[in-house]
Amino acid sequence: MFEYNFHWRPVLKSLPDLLQAGLLTLEVAVLSMVIGITIGLCLALMRMKLQGPLKWFAVSWIEVARNTPVLFQLFFFGFGLGAMGVNLPPYVIIVTGLSFNCAGYLAENFRGGFQAVPDTQINAARCLGMNSWQAYTRIVIPQVFRIVYHPITNQMVWAVLMSSLGMMIGFRELSGETQFFASRTFRIFEYFAVTAVVYYVIVKVILGSSRLLSARLFRY
Amino acid sequence: MIEIRDLHKHFGDLHVLKGIDLDVKKGEVLSVIGSSGSGKSTLLYCINSLEKIQQGSVKIDGIDVHAKSTDVNKLRQKLGMVFQQWNSFPHLTAMENVALAPRIVKGKSKEEALHIAETQLKHVGLGDKLKNYPSALSGGQQQRLAIARALAMEPEYMLFDEATSALDPEKVGEVLDTMRLLAEEGMTMICVTHEMGFARDVSDRVAYFHHGVMEEIGPPEQIFDAPVSEHTRKFLANVR
Repeated sequence: MFEYNFHWRPVLKSLPDLLQAGLLTLEVAVLSMVIGITIGLCLALMRMKLQGPLKWFAVSWIEVARNTPVLFQLFFFGFGLGAMGVNLPPYVIIVTGLSFNCAGYLAENFRGGFQAVPDTQINAARCLGMNSWQAYTRIVIPQVFRIVYHPITNQMVWAVLMSSLGMMIGFRELSGETQFFASRTFRIFEYFAVTAVVYYVIVKVILGSSRLLSARLFRY
Repeated sequence: MIEIRDLHKHFGDLHVLKGIDLDVKKGEVLSVIGSSGSGKSTLLYCINSLEKIQQGSVKIDGIDVHAKSTDVNKLRQKLGMVFQQWNSFPHLTAMENVALAPRIVKGKSKEEALHIAETQLKHVGLGDKLKNYPSALSGGQQQRLAIARALAMEPEYMLFDEATSALDPEKVGEVLDTMRLLAEEGMTMICVTHEMGFARDVSDRVAYFHHGVMEEIGPPEQIFDAPVSEHTRKFLANVR
């Protein structure tokens, strides 16, 4: 009844290519997170501190990013913009899409973080003669970063896993590359099994470095 | 010198300060007493512009605190403030807590700022806690840290907003001792306090606030032993 014969040789032969693609996956995830964190922080502040169009811009971004499938968001930046005559290369589509999505989720994490730092901290800083910029950058944001550190790590893991959707828009990151080899050799199970292990290792490395970094950063 | 004239403060419909006139001279220690909600703390917040005022004026050494042209960040360097909830910065060590403002506000070098921090922490008796984070300090120690942090800016006036109210009873003494030390050194202080013993021993004058009005002000002997106002008498009878 079970007559599938495993053939691991082709997978092993293309392992260097898969690992290369794994690095590309990591690169895309890291880049998306850096952009996502920067924009997410801005969106959170716009949502909390501003009124009018800018606030609603931030709210809309967060709503769309969090409440629609990532795949659809990628399709929008790929095929949607393509239909309007803006053709982006796959690398740009995946980074834009993931950054868009991460920014939305991170904005809400940041908002929670800001609310968790009491206003009295700002008062104390202002009483020492700090201006509002100094109070935020020296006192509030460092505390917010500690609060959102683990949510950010989580999001980083999500970014790695979500980047596998690159396969759907013809981008040859880890999943795309696997799909490419699998369909050429028909060793679909073997390829995706090995790729799953590669994803697992990437995520473990991220979690491990995150733990090391947090021990260095947060001594209090 | 702090000059307060006809100060009115509203929170929405709530009239919290109803025309306060008060002068505090250099070197004077003024204690402000009164029940909760009488406007004592709000007075301090109006003095250093953490709260806007609706009428009247507050002048510090002749500078109008609430004038649009006044640089409050500059002015606040003259005014140290210590809060009920000590508000130490949890992500910085005791030393960094104190050194931060001298460095980024006054532009001192890192070494200079750390030197100031060490001096001030020793001054308040925390010489052995320089590298500790606030989470490793007791409430009383954190409050003394807050005092050191304010002193590092070399303020000319210190405002204490119920500095001992949130402390465990056995920690109150160490903070009051630090405040006494400052008073003896000649610091100008306005202390909003519920510590009647401190108010009586340390202050040059005591002011009693009642429902946003300064009912009575005078030397401690007068306020505590021969209060003129009926409200003051009732309040003191209750706290004794």
